Amino acid sequence: MTRIVLSREDISRAIRRISHEILERNKGAENLLLLGIPTRGVTLAQRLQRDISQIEGRPVEMGSIDITLHRDDLRLRPPRPLSPTQIPVSGVEGRDVVLVDDVFFSGRTIRAALDALGEIGRPATVQLAVLVDRGHRELPIRADYVGKNIPTARSESVRVRLMPFEEVDEVVIEG
Amino acid sequence: MKIPRHLLSVDDLTRESAIAILDTAAQLSQLSEGKMKKLPTLRGRAVVNLFYEDSTRTRISFETAAKRLSADVINFNAKGSSVSKGESLKDTALTLQAMGADAVIIRHPSSGAPQRLADSGWIKGPVINAGDGTRQHPTQALLDAFTMRNRFGGVGGGLDGLRLAIVGDILHSRVARSNIFLASMLGAKVTLIAPPTLLPVEIGEWPVEVSYRIDESIEEFDVVMPLRIQRERMNQGFFPTEREFSRHYGLNIDRVAKMKPEAVILHPGPMNRGVEIDASSADSARSLIVDQVANGVFVRMAVLYLLMAGSHELPENALDQERA
Amino acid sequence: MTRTLLSNGVDTDGNSINILIDGERIAALSRDASQISAHDAEVIDMQGMTLAPTLVDLHTHLREPGKEDAETVQSGSASAVRGGFGAISAMPNTNPVADTAGVVEQVFSLGVEAGLCDVFPIGAVTVGQEGERLAEILAMAESRARVRIFSDDGHCVSDPVLMRRALEYVKIFDGVIAQHAQDPALTRGAQMNEGAVSARIGLKGWPAVAEEAIIARDVLLADHVGSRLHICHVSTAGSVAIIKWAKERGINVTAEVTPHHLLLTDELATTFDPVYKVNPPLRHTSDVMALREGLADGTIDVIATDHAPHPEEAKECEWDAAAFGMIGLETALAISSRAMVDSGLMSFTELIARMSSKPAEIAGYTDHIKPLEVGRLASLMVVDRDRKWQIDRELTVSRSKNTPFHGLEVGCYVHDVLYRGTWVMREGTVIK
Repeated sequence: MTRIVLSREDISRAIRRISHEILERNKGAENLLLLGIPTRGVTLAQRLQRDISQIEGRPVEMGSIDITLHRDDLRLRPPRPLSPTQIPVSGVEGRDVVLVDDVFFSGRTIRAALDALGEIGRPATVQLAVLVDRGHRELPIRADYVGKNIPTARSESVRVRLMPFEEVDEVVIEG
Repeated sequence: MKIPRHLLSVDDLTRESAIAILDTAAQLSQLSEGKMKKLPTLRGRAVVNLFYEDSTRTRISFETAAKRLSADVINFNAKGSSVSKGESLKDTALTLQAMGADAVIIRHPSSGAPQRLADSGWIKGPVINAGDGTRQHPTQALLDAFTMRNRFGGVGGGLDGLRLAIVGDILHSRVARSNIFLASMLGAKVTLIAPPTLLPVEIGEWPVEVSYRIDESIEEFDVVMPLRIQRERMNQGFFPTEREFSRHYGLNIDRVAKMKPEAVILHPGPMNRGVEIDASSADSARSLIVDQVANGVFVRMAVLYLLMAGSHELPENALDQERA
Repeated sequence: MTRTLLSNGVDTDGNSINILIDGERIAALSRDASQISAHDAEVIDMQGMTLAPTLVDLHTHLREPGKEDAETVQSGSASAVRGGFGAISAMPNTNPVADTAGVVEQVFSLGVEAGLCDVFPIGAVTVGQEGERLAEILAMAESRARVRIFSDDGHCVSDPVLMRRALEYVKIFDGVIAQHAQDPALTRGAQMNEGAVSARIGLKGWPAVAEEAIIARDVLLADHVGSRLHICHVSTAGSVAIIKWAKERGINVTAEVTPHHLLLTDELATTFDPVYKVNPPLRHTSDVMALREGLADGTIDVIATDHAPHPEEAKECEWDAAAFGMIGLETALAISSRAMVDSGLMSFTELIARMSSKPAEIAGYTDHIKPLEVGRLASLMVVDRDRKWQIDRELTVSRSKNTPFHGLEVGCYVHDVLYRGTWVMREGTVIK
């Protein structure tokens, strides 16, 4: 059974709202660095970048941070390919970094992202923006910006579909 | 992405898995540029460098790769150990297994020794061939492919249409045997240039062209790779004198001048300057020899990561489960 | 004296046969059992299995004295019996080398003591098989062992002058030199057949010409001095062609081929499992085909096993470090039959002749030359030609397990062996 929990419009409204929240919280975009967690986190970071730049009328920096090599469950899975890590030349040192991911679940991905980030440098602050928070946290980690809280059963799976990876923008629950 | 359990020969790879290794190496090199030098991926895992031949550069390259992935590295220099007192490969392997080796990187003078190790069941973890006899040196071929792709291609692709010349002692070269088949699999067109005494007698099925003279075609290649002439070959009558070899097959300033403008030089090292390559060629702007060394670490990190980090017991579709 | 009637058997052509054994010899033989008066004999129903003379091997390594961990005369004899052999020829590359009357007599005595089959020692051509000076060939020929074949097997008599002298010298007693044809300079450090496979996998190649050049030289030498030459384990198409040429010229040369060279190719080296490492090396498919044809048309006279036992540690290692050789006595008939009879190249009767009477003739083993007939020594085997069995290295009677045929399903199961009127194997189990 599949049901749509966020439509295309819902997603774009959520991104726009989060963009405003980020700007409000950080008092502008000057020191901001958006880091998407591949794959869909990078797409969301790009959309946030676009919205924030529009609102502020000036470019905001973004990059990507692959967390595969920092995962704690590598041995439970077959070998997996790596995704790009692209940090702007200005680096992370002293920046207000916003990690961006699609689904916030156990918190392990974010733990890995924090470790990866720590290897690169020492940001002033690290914040977290997610499109969906489905609960079931296994670590003491919380999100700063949430598109939508969606209570789920563990057995269910949440799929975020985003163009260009999929034909549509939507979030569905399966199971 | 189907990654082999062991890396014994380039024959263990498909075009797809070879490109997966190169792409992984590319991501790792990017991480390194992004200052992420040390990764926790193989923390608590033990990698044994089992070297039956002296090869400081290959050993250090693997050691660096393993350490950047936080693995513990045990250097087992079999030349100066109980092996020289006659301990068999089997007993050494059983000892390493008992000590908890999670992977074995082996360099051995006998062709096929790594395959014996992998097939025998003496070792449970992956076996990585770091050069066996005159047979294979798969990570060298991968780092050469990576270096060539960086220059002429890009991430996700192969070496399609690239023209590679391998020059010199093909007969005794595991680097040649590995590069011929990997580069061809990735779409390159390989030409071997050597005197007949340094070529196998039956070469018919190899995906190569053969030439006895370097000056006939040097201007056609994108990459020219002179091979090291082993000192011990010089007294075995494969060619009359060192001088004659270097005059007719060595890479020198005149030949380099005839190469295509964008063509490059690779060498597996260590070089015999003045024999298969002269100093001006080795140090020229065309030479990617230093890049090869740096790339070697990324390629070996990629191999260690892909062979060791994941589980090879699980079905591939386990990845489709939702990411936590 | 006990009398035994083997009734209801068939001969190698498939005709029914009944054989009455009296003591050591065959007393009567008939298609029709009622023609044989066997009122006091023990009657054994052969249930249609094949009765054939026991096999004769011209090329066996028994490893005693010196390497008893690999094989002894006793264990090698038992292994021979398991394969249906009634006579084997012990190669002299023991430690000490069988290059004196003392050593050949010792091996001969050990064979008699084992009492399972005839063990005929082969003497070394040169002292210590070192290829420098002739061993005391005549002393060995006149010893109790009555040596007729001389060979430096494992080493080639590469010095042409020495080879010439050896060929001349054995004319005294109509002996024969069995040459291991391998030019040492062309094969220094060689590991496998030189060809596409060796080129690919980086093992040092062993060119066919290293064998062929020695054979060409030696047939000319044998012709020149008018002596008898036997070529051990021929392995290449070129060797077959040279031997054919020599025979057409009337040169007195005979040749053997091993069962493994009739079936296996150098592709197996790609496994790097040294169980496939052998001297001469496994060759191309085209060589295998030429060897089969050469055997079928008589260019190659006989099949010999080159049974070469090695302890496990000699094979459980890197290819370069491993010993050359395969065991072969127990599987010789099954493998040869598969290569020659199943392929339609040879009749079973002819195959048996090439594995019994023909080698006996070359070596002068008089008890084994004649076919099964009245008055002949009662050394015979019972073969279940239809029974399929799987070769299993764990079940070898030999002390060593280095068979390249492990796991292969074959036919021609040797069921029983009678040696000089005594059962030495019943239902696949060697007695003693």
